[in-house]
Amino acid sequence: MSLAPRQDVADAAPKSIADRLLRWESILVVLLIAVIVGNTAISPYFLDIYNLSDATYNFSEKAIVALAMALLILVREIDLSVAAIIALASLAIGLAAQAGAGLPVLLLIGPLVGAACGAFNGFLVTRIALPSIVVTIGTMSLFRGLAQVVLGDQAITQYPKNLTAIGQSYLIKWPPLPYSFVIFLALAVIFAVVLHKTALGRKLYAIGNNPVAARFSGIPVDRIRFMLFVLTGLLAGLAAVLLTARIGSTRPNIALGWELEIITAVILGGVSIAGGSGTIPGVVLAVFILGLATFGLSLVNVPGIVISVLLGLLLIVSIALPIVVRRLMQKRPAG
Amino acid sequence: MVSRDNRIGGDRRTEGCMSFLLKHRELALSLIIVLMVTGISIYAPAFATFENAASVLNDTSILCMLALGQMMVILTRGIDLSVASNLALSGMLSASLAQNYPDLPVIAFIAVAIATGLVLGLINGSLVAWLGIPPIVVTLGTLAIFRGMIVVYGGGNQVNASEMGDVFQSFPKVTFFGLSTIFWIMAVVAIAAWLFLSMTRVGRGLYAVGGNPVAARYCGIDLAPQQLLVYSVAGSISGLCGYLWVSRYGVAYSEIASGFELTVIAACVIGGVSIAGGVGTVAGALLGALFLGVIVNALPVMQITPFWQMAISGIVILAAVVVNARAEKRGVKLILPEARLAAGAAK
Repeated sequence: MSLAPRQDVADAAPKSIADRLLRWESILVVLLIAVIVGNTAISPYFLDIYNLSDATYNFSEKAIVALAMALLILVREIDLSVAAIIALASLAIGLAAQAGAGLPVLLLIGPLVGAACGAFNGFLVTRIALPSIVVTIGTMSLFRGLAQVVLGDQAITQYPKNLTAIGQSYLIKWPPLPYSFVIFLALAVIFAVVLHKTALGRKLYAIGNNPVAARFSGIPVDRIRFMLFVLTGLLAGLAAVLLTARIGSTRPNIALGWELEIITAVILGGVSIAGGSGTIPGVVLAVFILGLATFGLSLVNVPGIVISVLLGLLLIVSIALPIVVRRLMQKRPAG
Repeated sequence: MVSRDNRIGGDRRTEGCMSFLLKHRELALSLIIVLMVTGISIYAPAFATFENAASVLNDTSILCMLALGQMMVILTRGIDLSVASNLALSGMLSASLAQNYPDLPVIAFIAVAIATGLVLGLINGSLVAWLGIPPIVVTLGTLAIFRGMIVVYGGGNQVNASEMGDVFQSFPKVTFFGLSTIFWIMAVVAIAAWLFLSMTRVGRGLYAVGGNPVAARYCGIDLAPQQLLVYSVAGSISGLCGYLWVSRYGVAYSEIASGFELTVIAACVIGGVSIAGGVGTVAGALLGALFLGVIVNALPVMQITPFWQMAISGIVILAAVVVNARAEKRGVKLILPEARLAAGAAK
C-alpha cells in the first residue's frame, strides 16, 4: 500500500460561508432534513414521539459500534469481525445467565469478551503486521464459528427480567429515551470531544494521513492502533449486551451482516476509506439518516431488502455526486 | 514502500527446504492438501474413493471460478464484495427466463446469466475506474443493491426446480470422465485465466498496476481500463456461476450464496493472493478454493458436526495469512542502510 499522505489536515476551521456550505456535514444535514420531510409526507405516524423513540432501538446498537469503527477507518484500518464479536459476546452473556450470574456480571462479561476479541485482532494486525481486512475476515469466521459450535442449532432464551428491562424499557420517561440511545448519545459526545479537541485526536488524523511520518514524529502508532481494535471490540461487546437484552435471545445468526451496515454508516458519514479524514458529527448524522430512512420506509411496509437497495443507492450516489459535480465545475472554465 | 516477491521473475538462488516452500506457496499448499487428504483417508477410507474426489471437485468448482475472478480484481489492489449478490441476481434472471421459456437451448440461459453478470460488473468497474470511488465502497453498495434487485424484480417469489424445466437443470448434471460439466467449465476458465495472466500484455499489466501503480503509469499502463476489465471479468464469471449454482441446486431466490463473497476472498487469501495487490497466481487461487472445499467435504466424513465448519475455516484463513506474511516481509524500506551503518560505526 502506498504510504504517501492522502489528505491535507486543515490547521483551522473552514473560513468562508461557501466553505462551510460545501462541507460534507452540511450535505448530510440537507439529506437528513430530506429524509425527515419525505417520511413525514408518506406517513402520518412518522413524527409521533413514541414511534421515533422506538426507531432509535433499531439503530443505536449499530451506531455505538460505528463510533469506534470510524476511528479505526480513520487510521486506515477496518474491522469486519464486529458482528461476529457481538455474536460471541452475546453467547458469553447467555452462558453466564444460564450459570445463574447476577446482573453486574451479565453487564460486564459482554464488553470483556468483546475487548478480548478486539485485542486478538489488534495483536495480529500490529504485532504480526497483517492487513486488517484479511485478519478480520478470518476472525469473523472464527468468532461466529465458535458461537456456532457452542450453540449448534439451539438458542439461549432464558434471561433474567432485570437484564431484559435494560433493553426493553426507557431510561428517561419523558421524552421517552431508551438506554441504548442515551448511551449512544453520551459516547458520541465523548468521541467527538476526544477526536476534535484533544492531542490524541490530532494524532489519529496524523496516523491516518501518513503512518510512517506519524511514527517518526514520536506517535506510538501501533499502540494506538491496538487500543482502537480493543475499543472497537469493547463497544461491540456493549452493543451485544444491549441487543441481547432487547431481543432476549442469543442465536448463532445474531447481528448477521451488521458489519456492512456499520461500515456503510461510517463511509456515508464522510470518513475516507483511505484514512486521515472524517468527523464524528458526520458519522452521527449518517447514523440518523440511515436509521430514520429505514424506519420511515418500514412504517409504510417497504420490505427490508428493498430498503437495503435504496440505502445502497444512497451510499453510492452520495459519494459519486460530489465527484461528478466537482468534475463538471472544473471542466467549465477550461471549455 | 512495501517490498515483496512479485512473481514476475523466478528466483534462482539456492535456498533451504523451509524457505523454499515458503517462497513456492503453491507447492506448499498442494503438499498440505495432499497430507490432509491422506490423513482423512486413513481415518475414513470412504473419503479416498474416486466418487468422493469427483464430488469434492464438482462442489468446489464454482468457488474456484469465483476465486479466479476475485484474484484479478485483488491484483489491481481492488476488492469485489458484490460477487455473491451478482451471482444470485444473474441466477435469478436466468431461472426466470427458464420459467417462462423452458424450451430454449441451454446456451440461451447461460448467455443471459453471463450478460447480466457482465453488466453488473461494468457498473462496478465504471464507478471504480471513472469516478475513482474506492472499490470497497462501490461494491459494498452494489452488494446490497444487486441482492435487493432480486426482490424488486421477482416480488420476493422464488423459482423452484419444478418450474425451471429439464433443459435448464440437466446441463450441470451431464458428466464426462466422471466429472460434471461444472468442473470442465471451471477447467476451461482456469486455463483461459492462466493464459491471460501469464501470456498476454494486458494480463502482465495487472501485476504491474498492482505491484506499483505509479511505475506502471510511467510505463504507459493505464489503470482505468484495467479496472474496467477486471470488474467486468469478475462480473461475467459471477454471472456464469449464477446459472451453474441455480441449475445445480434447483432453486433461485433472494438469499442464495448469501455471504459467499467472504468465502471467495478467503480462498484467494489462503491461495497466497496478497490483498495489497500485485501478488497472486491461478494455481494459488485454485488451491485455496480446493483447500476450503476439502475441509467442508471432510467434516461429515470425519463425523464432526457441520457447526465446526465456520470456526475451522476462520482458523485456516488466519494461519494462511500468518504464513504468507512470513514469506513477504512488510516494512518501511531504508533508503540508505549504508549511511546508517556508517553513522553507527562513527559513534
